[in-house]
Amino acid sequence: MLLNGIQIDDTFAEAFNMRGTRVIITAQNHKWAYHAANAMTGFATSVIGCGVEAGIERDLSTEETPDGRPGVSILMFAMGSKVLMQQLETRMGQCILTCPTAAAFAGIDSEDKISLGKHLRYFGDGFQTSKLIDGRRYWRIPVMDGEFLTEETTGMVRAIGGGNFLILATSQPAALAAAEVAIEAMKQVPNVIMPFPGGVVRSGSKVGSKYKTMFASTNDAFCPTLKGATNTELSPEIESVMEIVIDGLTFEDIALSMKVGIEAICKLGESSGVKRISAGNYGGKLGPHLFKLHDILNGSKS
Amino acid sequence: MSALTFNLNQTPRHSINCSNLTPDHLAGKTADEIAAMPINYGNSRVSVGDLFEISGTDTQHIVFKNTSNKLDYIGASMSSGTITVEGNAGAYLGFNLKNGEIHCHGNTEAFAACNMVNGLLHINGNTGDFLGAGSEGLRKGMRGGTVIVKGNAGDRVGDQMRRGLILIEGNAGDYCGSRMIAGTIGVLGNLGTYTAFNMHRGTLLLKKQPQLHATIQDCGTHTLPFLSLLFKSLAKYDTQFSKFSTQRVQRFVGDAAYKGNGELLILS
Repeated sequence: MLLNGIQIDDTFAEAFNMRGTRVIITAQNHKWAYHAANAMTGFATSVIGCGVEAGIERDLSTEETPDGRPGVSILMFAMGSKVLMQQLETRMGQCILTCPTAAAFAGIDSEDKISLGKHLRYFGDGFQTSKLIDGRRYWRIPVMDGEFLTEETTGMVRAIGGGNFLILATSQPAALAAAEVAIEAMKQVPNVIMPFPGGVVRSGSKVGSKYKTMFASTNDAFCPTLKGATNTELSPEIESVMEIVIDGLTFEDIALSMKVGIEAICKLGESSGVKRISAGNYGGKLGPHLFKLHDILNGSKS
Repeated sequence: MSALTFNLNQTPRHSINCSNLTPDHLAGKTADEIAAMPINYGNSRVSVGDLFEISGTDTQHIVFKNTSNKLDYIGASMSSGTITVEGNAGAYLGFNLKNGEIHCHGNTEAFAACNMVNGLLHINGNTGDFLGAGSEGLRKGMRGGTVIVKGNAGDRVGDQMRRGLILIEGNAGDYCGSRMIAGTIGVLGNLGTYTAFNMHRGTLLLKKQPQLHATIQDCGTHTLPFLSLLFKSLAKYDTQFSKFSTQRVQRFVGDAAYKGNGELLILS
C-alpha cells in the first residue's frame, strides 16, 4: 500500500491488555497544573521499568474541571490493578500533594475504584476533613499553602497498551521531524497517550534476549547500524527508525490515533525522507490485540 | 393519574400518626382500602377515612390538604415518591426518610428530618427544635440527604448529625450544630447562643458571625477550594445558597472543650 509515495507495510501492531485510569489535576493556573501533571507522569514511559505508563491527555478549560480552575487530564496505565493502585497513590503523594495549589479529581467513572486521596488523607494527621458532595467523597487536607483538595477515588477501567507504528526514514532528523508531526496530530485524539519522551521512542524492543535475565532487548531487525549483521527489515536507504507507542482506553481510540498519526506523516510526502511505515509485530508473542495498518487506514476494524 | 390527596375533615384535638400514609405503604391500594386502614389518633385507633377525605389515585405522589400541626410522622421511612403538605405539619416530618421528596408549604413542629437517611425535605415556613437530630436514645442524628428550610429553625439544629446537608435561609436558635459528628449546616440568618456546642466534626456555613463561646477558636480568613464544589452542587435546589460563589471564609474551629475538629465558616 502506498500513501502519497510512502509505503505502508502489510503488518500489524501487537498490543496487550492493561488497566487504566484518568485523573484530573487542577491548579491556580495552567502553569502549576502542568508542573503537577509533569511530575506525576514523569518516569512513566514503559511498564518494563517504570511500573506505569502515563501521560497528559489534554488541557482542560475552567468549564471542564470540577472546581472551575484550569487543569489537565492525565491517563495512567499499568499491567495490573495492584500496580496501578500502588503507583497512583505514590505519585499522588509525591507529585500532587506536594505541588502548590494543585487538586486532584476522578476523571473516569467505573465500578472499579482506586484510591486518589483515600489513604493520602492520613497526611492530615487527624486534621483532615471529608465532604460528601453530590454522592462523591472529597478530602480536605490542611497543608502549608492552604488546603489540598482531592477526591477519594477515581475509576479504573480495562484498557489497551502498546499500540504502535514505526517511521522508517533516510535520516535521523527526517525520522524525528515526521514523528513530531504525527505526535502533534495524535495529541488531538482523546482517550490516548503516547508515554515516551516527546511521544517518541528510539529504542523499540523485541520480546526476549540472548541474555537469560532480559525479557526485552533491542529490536535488531529495525536497527539501521545492524543492516548487514542481522536478519534486517530495513532496505539500504533507511538510516533511522522512530517508533510511536500508544496506550488508550479502547481499541477504537488507539486505532484512530494511529490513523491520524500515519496520515499526518504521509501528508509530508516522500520528499520528507520518510520511506516506509511499519509496526511492531511480535509474531503473536506479546498480546491479543492486532492493529492491522491497512485496515486502520481503510477505516475498517481489524 | 391525579395525586392521592388526604384532606383533613376536622380540626384534630390529638396528634395523628401519619407514618403509614406514604407511597411505600399505600402502593397498589384502592381509596376504599386506604380509608379502611387503621391510624393512631391520640391514644386511640381509628380508620383513615374517619379523619381524611381521600381522592386521587397516584400513590407515588401524595398530597395533604387542610393540614394541621397535629399531623406527625408524615413521610416516615419513605423510600420513593413525593409528599406535598399544603399547610403546616406536625412533629417528626420526614422521620427516617430514606429517599424521595417531601415539600411542606407551611411550618413544622420539632424533630423534622429526625434520623433522616437520604432524599430531600423542603420546608417553606419555619421548623421547630431538633431539626435533623436523632430520636431519643440514639447516638446519631441525620445520616444523609438534604433539608432546605426557607424560614427559621428552632434550637439544636443538627444535634448529633452524622452526614448530610441542612440549609436554613432564616435564623437558627440556640445550640446550632451541637454534638455534631459530620455533615454541613448552612444558616443565612442569625444564630442563638452556644453555636457548635460540643461539636465533634462537620461544617457550619454561616453568613453572619454568631456570638461564640470561648472554646471555639479563630483560624483566620482563608480561600477554601471545596466551597466551589459545594455551591455548584446546590444549583439544582431552590435555595439562596446556590447563588454564592465565594470561596473566601473566616474559619473557626471547635469545640475545643470536646477536642473537636468541627468548623464554622463565615462567608465574606
